[in-house]
Amino acid sequence: MHEVWTISECHQGRVKDVSYELLARGRSLADTLKVRLGTVVIGSNINTDDVKQLAYQGADILYLADDPSLSSFVCGRYAALLLKLISEKKPQIIIAAATTSGRTLMPYVAVKAHAGLTADCTELAIEEGTENLLQTRPAIGGNIMATIKTPGHRPQMATVRPRSTKPLAAQHDRPFVVEEVPVAPRSEKSSVEVLGLRGLEGQSGSIEEADIVIAGGKGLKKRDNFVLIERLAKAFGAEVGASRDAVDRGWVSYPHQVGLSGKTISPRLYLAAGISGAIQHLAGIKTAKCIVAINNDEQANILGLADFAIIGDLFQVLPEIEKRLEQRRKA
Amino acid sequence: MHSIVLIKQVPQTSDVQMDKETGTMIRSGSTSILNPLDVYALETALQIKDRNGGRVTVITMGPASAVKVLKEAIAMGCDDVYHLNDRAFAGSDTWATSYVLAKAIEKIGIPDLVITGERATDGDTAQVGPAVASWLDLPVLTYVASIENLTSDSLIVERLIEEGYQRVQSPLPALLTVVKEIAEPRLPTLRGKKRAMATNIVTWSASDLDADQAFMGLRGSPTRVVKIATPKVSRQCRMVKVEDDDSLIEAVDQLFTFLEERDLLGGLNA
Ligand SMILES: Cc1cc2nc3c(=O)[nH]c(=O)nc-3n(C[C@H](O)[C@H](O)[C@H](O)COP(=O)(O)OP(=O)(O)OC[C@H]3O[C@@H](n4cnc5c(N)ncnc54)[C@H](O)[C@@H]3O)c2cc1C
Ligand SMILES: Nc1ncnc2c1ncn2[C@@H]1O[C@H](COP(=O)(O)O)[C@@H](O)[C@H]1O
Repeated sequence: MHEVWTISECHQGRVKDVSYELLARGRSLADTLKVRLGTVVIGSNINTDDVKQLAYQGADILYLADDPSLSSFVCGRYAALLLKLISEKKPQIIIAAATTSGRTLMPYVAVKAHAGLTADCTELAIEEGTENLLQTRPAIGGNIMATIKTPGHRPQMATVRPRSTKPLAAQHDRPFVVEEVPVAPRSEKSSVEVLGLRGLEGQSGSIEEADIVIAGGKGLKKRDNFVLIERLAKAFGAEVGASRDAVDRGWVSYPHQVGLSGKTISPRLYLAAGISGAIQHLAGIKTAKCIVAINNDEQANILGLADFAIIGDLFQVLPEIEKRLEQRRKA
Repeated sequence: MHSIVLIKQVPQTSDVQMDKETGTMIRSGSTSILNPLDVYALETALQIKDRNGGRVTVITMGPASAVKVLKEAIAMGCDDVYHLNDRAFAGSDTWATSYVLAKAIEKIGIPDLVITGERATDGDTAQVGPAVASWLDLPVLTYVASIENLTSDSLIVERLIEEGYQRVQSPLPALLTVVKEIAEPRLPTLRGKKRAMATNIVTWSASDLDADQAFMGLRGSPTRVVKIATPKVSRQCRMVKVEDDDSLIEAVDQLFTFLEERDLLGGLNA
């Protein structure tokens, strides 16, 4: 029977967390369809413990493409490999993470595979009777949820919003198979080369991957005050987010921007201080698990989406929260 | 240097309506604007023209009203514009859309660069750029935040990815999708506006393209929208007010209780 596949992403040989989330999605689809769950792992020097972990957390069969030429994501190279594998194994469903690489690779592959592709899904299910994949995703800034299917084409492809599911608990006795995927030598002509990676300033990780994001907006009033956000983020072990106004004023750099023209994020906790909650900002946080707002305006738009709000002056509230965190740490 | 920029007309995010029957957007009634993220693609191409010379061609596929965004592109300084308009294109998903756009690009002639926005704010898929590159077999560089070393046959870009800025070198021709950080968009000039008024916009229908009509429109689209729902806003906001020092302490107490209840302070205990 045609398998369900996930694409496992690697960075510097380590399998990324989002890959385990995908397996949780894939596992339930494969169980419903009573087929094997495969995962395609593409990278260089892939950590062997991580490969086992993929099996412990849901994969029945691992297609391992490990080659120096695959050390960084290069769309054409990854796509060629995946297309060859698709034509050999004919999976019925392929899901990848809606990350910068997943959202590049999947449309490129879908065109050549003549497959339907749905972006950034938050729910996946199998339709009873037809066994079609039902793919549900937020669209138009999260204002609607659209359910999409691909009745006449296989494979059915989707990218899945990171952090929209929890990985399964590891089960160390799960049987699994590893299949090495031969990697074609790379053609020298027309080659795209990755030259290097520059880390994000003042960030330990990205806001897309962070559990907690502490964000500030124009209510901070000036650059110097933005340290209140940075300090609080540090105390929380969180990343710093910002509204577009804060970014455009140069208080913080663009990779921190949340919203329509910045990042869409789903942290467990989003704390927004001095952010009014314009529709374009909210578009980026609709799938955050918990939203806390600190604003001195009772009418602020963000309160419509917040789970908890402190109506008050952020210049008093933020230091008090920080103080309290300090006390907890010492206690 | 010849760049082709793909732009889309989208409904303003603040007023959108859906047809519950067909699952498509009702365009009439809501204000349509140039996809705000495509302005950065236009600006990128114009800056390349300013520095390296050449031309900027712009294509949009959409209904008659989409002419408006092409006029905006001319007003900013773009040279040639094409409007792909035909009932046969209606209902295209990203697979079919990218096919039509790729066929139009082929007809114009493969440029040095194809540039698109990061994503359109209505469909929000970010798929059309990479998909066009796939049809044309071009290298694709997504989430480009800056361009350096642009020569007649290659370029180096920085891509904004989860781990930071990735520096990548690619041969030309190539397709780029760009993020907001790449450029500060210029405003339309008076001269540009005049030119926009005077320009006769070229419209291509399906039969103008050397393309298979079975690959276009709803019929050519592998995906089907089967349901549209408005997400329920299930959030209940617990609100506390700070008026003085006492209520400040009380508010922060309540916040911590709230965070603890949700197990959001887990890692932060001593
Ligand atoms: C095409 C387009 C794309 C956009 N993309 C984005 C995007 O990606 N992200 C984004 O964020 N925005 C985006 N915007 C901009 C958006 O419309 C808003 O302008 C922006 O989000 C407002 O930022 P802000 O909340 O920081 O500022 P404001 O709206 O000015 O809000 C400041 C808030 O701080 C509060 N405040 C002030 N002083 C205090 C105090 N002492 N204590 C507590 N609270 C205080 C005020 O009550 C107010 O609610 C976009 C706009 C457009 C048109
Ligand atoms: N109908 C269209 N006409 C021209 N360009 C488009 C069209 N649809 C999408 N694009 C381009 O593709 C990008 C991504 O769109 P999307 O995949 O719909 O999010 C947009 O920013 C545009 O640059």
